Amino acid sequence: MTAVPHAITAAERSAARVRANARRTRRNLVADGAMALASGAALLIVLAILAIILIDVIRNGAPRLSWAFLTEAPRDGMTAGGIFPAIVGMVEMVILMTLAGVPVGVATAIYLHEYASPVSPITRAIRIAVANLAGVPSIVFGLFGLGFFVQFLGAGVDKVFFHGQKIYGQPAMIWAALTMAVLTLPVVIVATEEALRAVPRELREASLALGATKLQTVMHVVVPQAAPGILTGTILAVSRGAGEVAPILFTGAAYFLPRLPKHLWSQFMSPSYHVYVLSTQSPDVDATKPILYATVLVLLALTFTLNIAAVVVRARIRRRLPGGVG
Amino acid sequence: MTAANGVAKPEPKLKVRDLTVYYGEKKAVGPVTLDIVGQHVTALIGPSGCGKSTFLRSLNRMNELIPGCRIEGDVRLDGDPIYGQGIDPVAVRRRIGMVFQRSNPFPKSILENVAYGLRIGGVNDSRDLAARVERALSQAALWEEVKDRLNDSALGLSGGQQQRLCIARALAVEPEVLLMDEPASALDPIATAHIEELINELSENYTVVIVTHNMQQAARVADYTAFFYLGELVEFDRTDVLFTKPSDSRTEDYITGRFG
Repeated sequence: MTAVPHAITAAERSAARVRANARRTRRNLVADGAMALASGAALLIVLAILAIILIDVIRNGAPRLSWAFLTEAPRDGMTAGGIFPAIVGMVEMVILMTLAGVPVGVATAIYLHEYASPVSPITRAIRIAVANLAGVPSIVFGLFGLGFFVQFLGAGVDKVFFHGQKIYGQPAMIWAALTMAVLTLPVVIVATEEALRAVPRELREASLALGATKLQTVMHVVVPQAAPGILTGTILAVSRGAGEVAPILFTGAAYFLPRLPKHLWSQFMSPSYHVYVLSTQSPDVDATKPILYATVLVLLALTFTLNIAAVVVRARIRRRLPGGVG
Repeated sequence: MTAANGVAKPEPKLKVRDLTVYYGEKKAVGPVTLDIVGQHVTALIGPSGCGKSTFLRSLNRMNELIPGCRIEGDVRLDGDPIYGQGIDPVAVRRRIGMVFQRSNPFPKSILENVAYGLRIGGVNDSRDLAARVERALSQAALWEEVKDRLNDSALGLSGGQQQRLCIARALAVEPEVLLMDEPASALDPIATAHIEELINELSENYTVVIVTHNMQQAARVADYTAFFYLGELVEFDRTDVLFTKPSDSRTEDYITGRFG
């Protein structure tokens, strides 16, 4: 041992350590408290916003709500009547959208995750494209739908088969649904890929080691195991699709239709677009206001119900697959 | 020593010649040359990372699922090459089944787990399926324990039962060779004893190749043992010979516990 000016005794050292620890503990406590307070406040803001929206909508919308409101068409320049055609239109459009979009999205995700080489530049390019697709503003999708589906596909069919007579080359439910399917594609792809990634490698190997082909493994083991996650993606897509206005604005949504859409080539009403119309185009603002609130209430209730129903289905599937990771 | 001498008077079930496995640029194991005798148990032993599992997985072409894996050399099953152009790995895996280290039952019923390989192989007649499932479960010594709850989820079984279910699942497709990758390493001693007993019984009808960490296990179940070290097959001989009169000093060091 070399000599030091003031030899620190073990007791002194331990006392210093105790003091330092106490300081650190106090500091940690303060930091913890501040963090809890800040995150609590943030949470409160979120809850408050939701509460304000819900209270406002329910207080103003509920009195106008009735069975007739849900089952009648709008009347008198939309200052009376209900929103039945809009509800039917939305449900039909969302079903079409799901049928068109989810298979493509799921297939894309399966290709990306199961078949594409993870290091290939093409795979990386597709992933970047999907991410970018998710970031495109919805109005751009609306214009894309108008340009591609209505004016290119629809009008093209008209030109080739109907001598330019306008049959398919105009806004229609099918075009709106396809546009919405493109918009929701990234949601489905990302959720499905996430679900596929969560399928344990052991299960794939078990299947392959039994002499299953890759296709059999994907269809019988991987996709069923990923089903809850795929369903989640579908739910997210559906609730997004139900609420969006911009993509259907130019591609199929109608300002006002006294009748229900008859076929895929009809225009349709949608609650989201109806809300926009009521709040900006009404000839009589005071007469429209309760209808507007009631429509918003129905729109919220519909999307909430959809989500809850889907969550229940998902929980059921999970129970059936106890090892399932959704 | 080269593996071929000293062993294998009967025509071997699996003939491995200069098998080398690379992961990317790195050689994982090989070149390995050895003969695996039919209807006997061959154990592959060695310290972690010695390449024994990699070697095992290349016997039914499971390695090629790993990106960057490259395999050289020749493996023949009853004279049929398992590597080469135009040879379907799916067909190879139907003849050479595999049981993994961690039991990996599908999240399906016990029945559907065992029936899986049969169904994808095209067996659809339900009576035929039921008979084959019962036979496979009996061979895996699990039938008595599960016959009243075949439709229950396989995930409700204990660890040892799950592993026997995986063995039954592999047996159901009637492979000729069964590869086992440390099948008992995650099990308690009683379940391990069950599995070992089972392996002994299976060797009457099947050719079994088992990777194990556990030298006592190799000594108990295997007729032949191969010792791998640092990606190389060091010694391959009858188990009694390898454990009592190893010819390589590294084998002796390992079995006497000087490393590993």
